[in-house]
Amino acid sequence: MNKIPLHHLHQSLGAKIVPFAGYEMPVRYSSDKEEHHAVRQSVGVFDVSHMGEFKLTGPNALELIQAVTSNDASKMVDGQAQYSCLPNDRGGIVDDLLVYRISTEKYLLVVNASNIEKDWNWIKSKDKWNVPMKNISEEIVLLAVQGPKAQITLQKLTEIDLSAISFYRFIQGELAGTDMIISATGYTGAGGFELYIPKGHAEKVWKSIFAAGEEFDIKPIGLGARDTLRLEMGFCLYGNDIDDTTSPLEAGLSWITKFSKDFTNADALRKQKETGVSQRLVGFEMVERGIPRKDYTIVDEQGNSIGRVTSGTMSPSLEKGIGMGYVKTGFHQVDTELFIQIRNKSLKAKVVKPPFLK
Amino acid sequence: MNIPQELKYTKDHEWLRIDGDEAIVGITDFAQGELGDIVYVEVETEGDTVEAGGVFGTVEAVKTVSDLFMPVDGEVAEFNTALESNPEVVNADPYGDGWMIKVKISGGTEGLLSADDYKALIGE
Repeated sequence: MNKIPLHHLHQSLGAKIVPFAGYEMPVRYSSDKEEHHAVRQSVGVFDVSHMGEFKLTGPNALELIQAVTSNDASKMVDGQAQYSCLPNDRGGIVDDLLVYRISTEKYLLVVNASNIEKDWNWIKSKDKWNVPMKNISEEIVLLAVQGPKAQITLQKLTEIDLSAISFYRFIQGELAGTDMIISATGYTGAGGFELYIPKGHAEKVWKSIFAAGEEFDIKPIGLGARDTLRLEMGFCLYGNDIDDTTSPLEAGLSWITKFSKDFTNADALRKQKETGVSQRLVGFEMVERGIPRKDYTIVDEQGNSIGRVTSGTMSPSLEKGIGMGYVKTGFHQVDTELFIQIRNKSLKAKVVKPPFLK
Repeated sequence: MNIPQELKYTKDHEWLRIDGDEAIVGITDFAQGELGDIVYVEVETEGDTVEAGGVFGTVEAVKTVSDLFMPVDGEVAEFNTALESNPEVVNADPYGDGWMIKVKISGGTEGLLSADDYKALIGE
């Protein structure tokens, strides 16, 4: 099991550590709900250093990225980030990722921890250009500082005007005396920044952030709250809501599937778009009291199986059960009544359009 | 970790306060800590006789769900209905107001663990 660079710090903060995607990760410091609310209402810091980072450089970097990703990376300008996915050639998804354009010939791909090796091999297998590619995952500490007080907290530590960095833009610059990537991205819907920090400086940066955020009661946040926060926004989690077998079109990721360019499996996906998909990923909320969980069966009123839950939780903000899951096309429209099989009961739910938290 | 000396325990992280042929049952401090914020306690076996090891209910935390196992043979005589509106009491006071059921014991209690056994089990 791998340890992230600040492992000792999380231990000293009393974190409960669990194995996740091959890493020992802090899942909770105090309470999932408390941490969730801290991010929604003020500011919290996640150490998500398990995530993988690949640096691609040279004149053909963009060509390779265009060939393996579904979104159109040629539309980006320097200092822009883009959500994208790596389609496989069997109709599914190798991974979802962020693509950062640092300059015309320099890109950073940020991938899921559990897929680092798989993605690396996949991208290499599609590389006809011998693009210089470096796995820098072990060198980077990634801190996500999220919440309505994230900006005012971080602003104390830098001369860069953070309010000028719009959503999905980033700047390379100094914060807390350290050169890093400051990216206006996140996985919470609460606003804030993700900081890509050279690991040798990370502890100092962490401490500076917590000192700056003290007046806002800044808190360390574990993976537990990270999941409830992302789920309230309806963001996909690889391994739950999308995987090697689900198509980006089924998953509602048409908005990052751009047929204006060629990419892996584009022809088959284009055909699928024309003929229509047989199942769709939907968000749903419980009408009757209950909490949906991954792999529960979704049925219609007559009890016929129509799908499966891929993610579910009690929403700490809405105080009711929410989830995502695949249902047969036809059951995907907003307000459609679904029933979730929870233990020995079928409990009523209805399709809603994410985000759950408006 | 709070493990009251006067209680009995099970390997499924439940505690019992035995008084004659009755027992009050809940989950341990360790269990509530592992589960995280408890948001729902469901017991629909009130009045039923359940064998030791059988499922008498379910506890749902934000991140996870877990069955509740009957620690002894007996009848589920009462459910702590206060947990329906305030399940978080199980986190705050697992050995007090967070109790879950009262059991009328019909079998033996030999298989239960002492506080020291339980401490050893969870590696305290």
